[in-house]
Amino acid sequence: MRENNKKAFNLKNFLKQYLFFIITLVLLGIFFIFKFDAGLKATNVIIYSFKEMLLVLPPIFILIGLLDVWISKETMIKLMGEGSGLKGILLAFLIGTVAAGPLYAGFPVAMILMKKHVKFFNIIIFIGAWSTTKIPMLLYEMSALGFKFALIRLALNIFVIIIIAYVMEILIKKDEVSVIYKKAEDF
Amino acid sequence: MGNYIFNGTIYLIAIVFLIISFIKSRQKTKKALIKAWNSFKNILPMLLGIITVIGLMLAILDPEIIKKIIGEKSGALGVLLSSIVGSVTLLPGVVAFSTAALLLSSGAGYIQIAAFVQTLMMVGIVTLPMEIKYFNKKIAILRNAISFILSIGVAYLIGFILGIWK
Repeated sequence: MRENNKKAFNLKNFLKQYLFFIITLVLLGIFFIFKFDAGLKATNVIIYSFKEMLLVLPPIFILIGLLDVWISKETMIKLMGEGSGLKGILLAFLIGTVAAGPLYAGFPVAMILMKKHVKFFNIIIFIGAWSTTKIPMLLYEMSALGFKFALIRLALNIFVIIIIAYVMEILIKKDEVSVIYKKAEDF
Repeated sequence: MGNYIFNGTIYLIAIVFLIISFIKSRQKTKKALIKAWNSFKNILPMLLGIITVIGLMLAILDPEIIKKIIGEKSGALGVLLSSIVGSVTLLPGVVAFSTAALLLSSGAGYIQIAAFVQTLMMVGIVTLPMEIKYFNKKIAILRNAISFILSIGVAYLIGFILGIWK
């Protein structure tokens, strides 16, 4: 009886977790019914993105795990926490810029940085750099849209990322930040 | 090509650190790997959903359609449309820039293309649920909104600088 309850609970949990994915799969099915070509094309993209995800995520999560275990909160605070100043900002830019991967892969990294009490300002810098100033992307951009275009965009974005971080720091209250930092502790 | 080199580098770094960690402490390494696996498992359901949404979206919004939406329209409306298309789509890097190059060859202006590329990278409507999960609703929406507005500014500035830097 108890076993059954546990199973039912697990199934319910599973369904709840995967509800979003199940809905998108139903939509994909609808695509196939009404426009087979579009469904096929969507499936191709999904397989491509899935492969990209499997290629990109493992080393990122391994590094996150290692960072969590080996680098103490105190060290990270010294490097990128309150009072880390310019060094913290540069490090946030550096980590975001050299890493490869889509925007969504940056969020778990941001979480581990929050767990280690990296300053919120530097977290936003990191997300900005991760989304926009990536070196591999820069090479593509130069070949597709020109050297000048890519260079100007990069230079402007360095300012834009800092502006976003400043504005976010003003708009998000300290106690709100501490709530999400507490959430990150559960990692 | 560039992507492969960078992916390779990250793998190399991860493996080297993993070996060092293993030599120093097996137990800690095991703990790190369990944490890595758990946080991956934790986000996987949402990630699968997002990936499927991206697939569905690209089946509708393929480069040709994007070209039709952005291509001929110029001026402020074109910039706004480009920014919206860039915000709702999530293209892998290679596809993103080949689409942008396609737009360029089809006669779209640099300002519109800049708005498209800029919002494509900075603003993520599709990944918003994930951003909310890791941060919160207010932070995620604010970051995207501010990025959207500034992206339009960046687009005009790029157009302006390209105009004088001959």
